[in-house]
This record gives sequence, structure tokens and C-alpha cells, in this order.
Amino acid sequence: MKKWQCIVCGFEYDEAEGMPDEGIEPGTKWEDIPDDWTCPDCGAPKDDFEMMEVD
Amino acid sequence: MNTMTMAEARAHDRKRWLWPMGFGIIIIVAALALTGWLTGQTWLIFAGPIVVYGVVPVLDLLIGKDSTNPPERVLDILEDDPFYRYSTYIYVVVQLILFVAVCAIIGTQDLTFWQWLGFVSTIGMLSGVSINTAHELGHKNTAIESWLAKIALAPVAYGHFYTEHNRGHHKNVATPHDPASARMGEPFWRFLVRTAGGSARSALDIEKTRMARKNRSFWSVHNEVLQSWGMTVVLWGALMLAFGIELLPFLVLQALIGASLLEAVNYAEHYGLLRKKLDNGRYERCQPEHSWNNDHIVTNIFLFHLQRHSDHHAHPTRRYQSLRHFDEAPQLPTGYAGMIVLAYFPPLWYRVMDKRVVAHYDGDLRRANLQPGKRERLLAKYPPPATSADASA
Repeated sequence: MKKWQCIVCGFEYDEAEGMPDEGIEPGTKWEDIPDDWTCPDCGAPKDDFEMMEVD
Repeated sequence: MNTMTMAEARAHDRKRWLWPMGFGIIIIVAALALTGWLTGQTWLIFAGPIVVYGVVPVLDLLIGKDSTNPPERVLDILEDDPFYRYSTYIYVVVQLILFVAVCAIIGTQDLTFWQWLGFVSTIGMLSGVSINTAHELGHKNTAIESWLAKIALAPVAYGHFYTEHNRGHHKNVATPHDPASARMGEPFWRFLVRTAGGSARSALDIEKTRMARKNRSFWSVHNEVLQSWGMTVVLWGALMLAFGIELLPFLVLQALIGASLLEAVNYAEHYGLLRKKLDNGRYERCQPEHSWNNDHIVTNIFLFHLQRHSDHHAHPTRRYQSLRHFDEAPQLPTGYAGMIVLAYFPPLWYRVMDKRVVAHYDGDLRRANLQPGKRERLLAKYPPPATSADASA
């Protein structure tokens, strides 16, 4: 499971947690999230996310 | 598949050859001010405010709008065209040279009070506009652009903007939590105090949290707010060493003028606009309807398309040349330059803008971002329409 971060505002998407509020089940891989999904905090497109290093 | 050439893509940008005026204007303004000083025409040293408050708003009205968008298929090619980013790089270099040159004049020449004030106001204007260039650069994910953004913010001592704008403003835009989103009924001068304090605090909080997560001290060299402020300390310190401590009032005053100019633009960008709060406690995603836009050509050239603000929030890392006009986004009556002048006179601002906010929300101000103390008064003045249930009854 990986984490992805919005390079604009810093929002993190954690594949393990998903976003149940948005209908994204826990365990949903980044590549399975629709391309038109946008950052829930700042609205940046999916392209503006980067994989995070595991701390 | 047809591969489109760079030349074809470039032909779609009608403003292509105007973009270098982004840095051209600061050269012209500085040249006017220096001419004014050398020829004894003291009024001309005030070229900065004359151009920003007078010439640009008038040119906007005379020259008008450009609402054309490059077609979707050329966006990537335009985005990669280095021509556009060189204008922003050159801007930063030119601005720094002009800033140091004027500091040299202030520090070594005998100036009258009015000449001094002329240079303060003109350099203050250039510093304010340079925050906009730093904004364009600060959204890009390359090392050179990030550093140029911080360098551009050093003279005006506004380095925290780099952090706060991306990680604070873009996240909280058009909500009551954003220090940089103005509320309907909030006079500009009150907004200025709120945003200046709130933005600095927000930037420090953001870096404090980020440093803690990386197990670093707040005082780490990786703290980007301290980095940027440190650059101001070094730059101002070096200038005062070279030209004397007497430079300090000039440095402080031009920074205040520059910051307040930028904040007047911020004031216009989201005035009264509000994202809905959802049942899960989040705010709805930022949409084109949450930013005021404008397509007047002259201000758009000088601000690197900042006024195509809805697309900027939808695609924050997109370069200025590829930002698009949206028909559904709310439009300001004139460019940000003219709106700044209105903002300085709150009754005039309300007269022009409040009816636009009301219209934008179809008469229902309960959906707008209202100044808390003025909520009742605004709702009484612009009563919300009867609900559809009332109407059908």
C-alpha cells in the first residue's frame, strides 16, 4: 500500500484507508482512482499528486 | 496521429508576443522614475503608482478583453514551450537589479523628501507586482522555479507567501477559514489587517507541522518560511551595510506598499464567494464559480494571466500561457488593477461588487461568504428569495 500527496496543498491519499466518504473503498490503488478525481482539499487534478516516500 | 509542431501551437496564443511585457513594464516604470529624478521632474518618479492606478486601468478599458482559449490539444505543447517561463525568470533578475540600483540611489544621493517618497512608492509597486511573479513561479515543481520564487519575495519580505499560498490558501480558498479570501461586507482595510496577520500565522503553523512530521526542529534550515525570511534578512542587511542604516525606512515602507498591493488583488479574487460545507464536514471542491475572473488584456499581461483565476485553482501547477477562460466563472467588471483602486474606497467597492455577489448567488446571500458582524444587515438589505416550497404554496 502506498501514499500519494498533492504537490499543491499537501493533502495525502493513503491507499490502505481509501476515502469511504467519497465512495473510494479502503485498499483502492492509486491507478484505480478515476482520472477525473481531484484533490478533495484544493481541487488539483490527479496529475498533481506524487508518490510519497515511506517515513 | 498528427503531431502538432511548436509553431502551430504558438500560433494559437494571441498574446504570445505581449507576454515579455510582464518584465518590460517594470523596466519602463523604472526608466520613467529615473528620468524623472535626472531631469528634475519629481512627479515622474511616482511612475509606479501612476502606471498601476492610472495607466493600466485606463488601458484595460481602452484595449478590452481577450477571451480566447488555446484548444485542448495544444495545451501540453504550450506548457512545455520554454519561451514563456523565460519571461518569469528574466522578471526576477530585472527586479533584483532595479531594487538594488534604487537602494544605491537612496543610500548615496541627496534626495528631497518628495523624490524619496516617489522612489518608495514606485519600488513598492514593483515589489507588489513581483509577488505575483513569485506566485507563478512558486506553483511549479522545479528547483529553479521554487528558488526564483523565494528570491522574488526577498526584497518585499513576503517569503511566507510561498508556503501559505500553496498549502493554506489553495486548501481553504472561499471558506471562512482562509485569511486570503475576502468576505462580503468586509472593507479592504480590515481585510488587509486580517490577511497580513492570518497569512503569516498560517505559514508558520504549516511549516511547524511539516517539520514536526519530518522529526525536524522548527528552527531547521529546511523550514521554508524561515529560509525565505532569512533571504530578506541577508539582502536587506547587505544593502544596509553597503548604503547605510538610513535605508531601513525605505526598505520597510516599500515592503508595506508592495504587500498591501498584493493583498488588494487577493481581496478581489474571491470576494464574497463561498464553497458549500458538506455533510462529512469537508467543503465542496473548489469550482470555477469560486473565483472572480477577468479577461482584460493589459492587466492579464502584467499579472501573467492571474485573472484567469478559476482555471488557476482547478490546475494550480498549470503555466500562465495555458490558463483558460471559463464562461461559467463570475466576471469582474474590469481588470484587477482598476478593482484595486475601487477596493481602497469601500463604499464604492460595495456599490460595484455587492450586487454582483447577490446576482451570482441568484439573490440568496445565505450561500455567500459574509462578514460575520454584517450578516444581518446584508441579509436585510438583500433578502433571500422565498424558497421553492413557499413559492409553489
